[in-house]
Amino acid sequence: MARKMFPSVPSAENAAFWAAAEAGTLMVPKCKSCGKSHWYPRALCPHCFSDDIELIPSKGTGTIYSWSHMPRAPEPFTIAYVTLAEGVTVLTNLVDCDPTTLKIGQSVKLAWQKVEGGPQVWVYTPA
Amino acid sequence: MSIKGKAYIVGAYEHPTRKAPDKSVAQLHAECAVGALKDAGLTKDDIDGYICAGDAPGMGPINMIDYMNLTKIRFMDSTDVGGSSYLLHVAHAAQAIALGRASVVLITLAGRPRSEGQATGTAPRAGNPLVPDTQFEQQYAAVTGNGYAMVAARHMYEYGTTSEQLAWIKVAASHHAQYNEHAMLRDVVTVEDVVNSPMVATPLHRLDCCVISDGGGALIVTSPEIAKSLKRPLVKVIGAGESPKGQLGGMVDLTYSGAVRSGAAAWAESGVKPSDIKYASIYDSFTITVLMQLEDLGFCARGQGGKFVSDGNLISGVGKLPFNTDGGGLCNNHPANRGGITKVIEAVRQLRGEAHPKVQVPNCDIALAHGTGGMLGTRHGSATLIMERE
Repeated sequence: MARKMFPSVPSAENAAFWAAAEAGTLMVPKCKSCGKSHWYPRALCPHCFSDDIELIPSKGTGTIYSWSHMPRAPEPFTIAYVTLAEGVTVLTNLVDCDPTTLKIGQSVKLAWQKVEGGPQVWVYTPA
Repeated sequence: MSIKGKAYIVGAYEHPTRKAPDKSVAQLHAECAVGALKDAGLTKDDIDGYICAGDAPGMGPINMIDYMNLTKIRFMDSTDVGGSSYLLHVAHAAQAIALGRASVVLITLAGRPRSEGQATGTAPRAGNPLVPDTQFEQQYAAVTGNGYAMVAARHMYEYGTTSEQLAWIKVAASHHAQYNEHAMLRDVVTVEDVVNSPMVATPLHRLDCCVISDGGGALIVTSPEIAKSLKRPLVKVIGAGESPKGQLGGMVDLTYSGAVRSGAAAWAESGVKPSDIKYASIYDSFTITVLMQLEDLGFCARGQGGKFVSDGNLISGVGKLPFNTDGGGLCNNHPANRGGITKVIEAVRQLRGEAHPKVQVPNCDIALAHGTGGMLGTRHGSATLIMERE
């Protein structure tokens, strides 16, 4: 069922983020200096360049910002940008869904997908 | 300080090949250089500036300079912002010329994705793990096709844009390509043909996507003094702009491109406005690319792109804004998966009055060329160039 994915190669910069992912928690970085969340994770806040970043566990909910299904791919799949409850918009796959019924603005919830040779990754499914 | 009027495009050459299994990429670059020099009426030893992008094999410009044995180089650049590179290369050449750091600048592009069998727009590829976003994205198989498709899907959601409206962009390109003997796809297609072609990445169909072709092109930019000593029609650079567009730290917005800023800069420098443009080369990796750039450049209001492109408005001799009269990337050529240089080349043909007679815009005195390189919406370069026939 699950499409074979290229395994992520976690960087040392984001070791804590990936350790949490392996333990089943999606972390969203938030800057303690400017108070803004950001995506993708990095050591310096992309809004203010502070290095005082904390990782906040995601609530696991979001809405579809945009999506596209590739029906002719060897393993058809659906890519999406999902806007999380935390305010950032992340690239992901939508799984366990009927692509003919997906709508922008639809609520989705976090799920995890195992990846051979790498850490498990966050995907979303209709709420 | 401005580049307005400080530089002229005197050489423009598009390689006729669309499939070159028997040539090397370096050879294609050099053949394009030869073609552009011949077009300009200049020789190899006149070249004192060289610019290429990531399609050139080797370390920046060095290996191609060595291959071509350009011995007079005193200005070089290899800014790589994908398919938009060559538009900003013209501006960088003009800047160097305006400062007296170069007098004849060669720009080349070439590649062989077709011979190399790249399923460029649809096949997931492992990313470079040193690129900071790769570890968070490559697992989701963001290929070119579905990346652009998400921009189209959002545009449809926000503004009610339809697949039929997007199809008009391909229809217009095909009307032009029928007259281009080198175009990869010369059949005129209808809106129905486009929307009935196989779905590649919802909501984009196969005919919403550009071709994959081998080939290349070259440009020669020079000073006013040298340009006026040559026997070619004078095509003057009057304005340019460049801008990146990113993901804004996670505040992703797919509804506009860097053209908002690169266009504004080019309009300001040139002193002309969208209604002055007689011909526009608009980057057409996908139909949605064209639609978004037309809005971002101010040819129509935001959200009105679908209406603007409909009913043949982009067809030369029919509509108000003739675009991509060579057939563009959608039908003619997308060498090295980078359509930037062919955008400038067709604009130069139009300004010289050397486009195919069936698509030549009458009294074409001001033209615009615009490129997007990378992922529309989330990570790309935008470059705008405005030129005037003198």
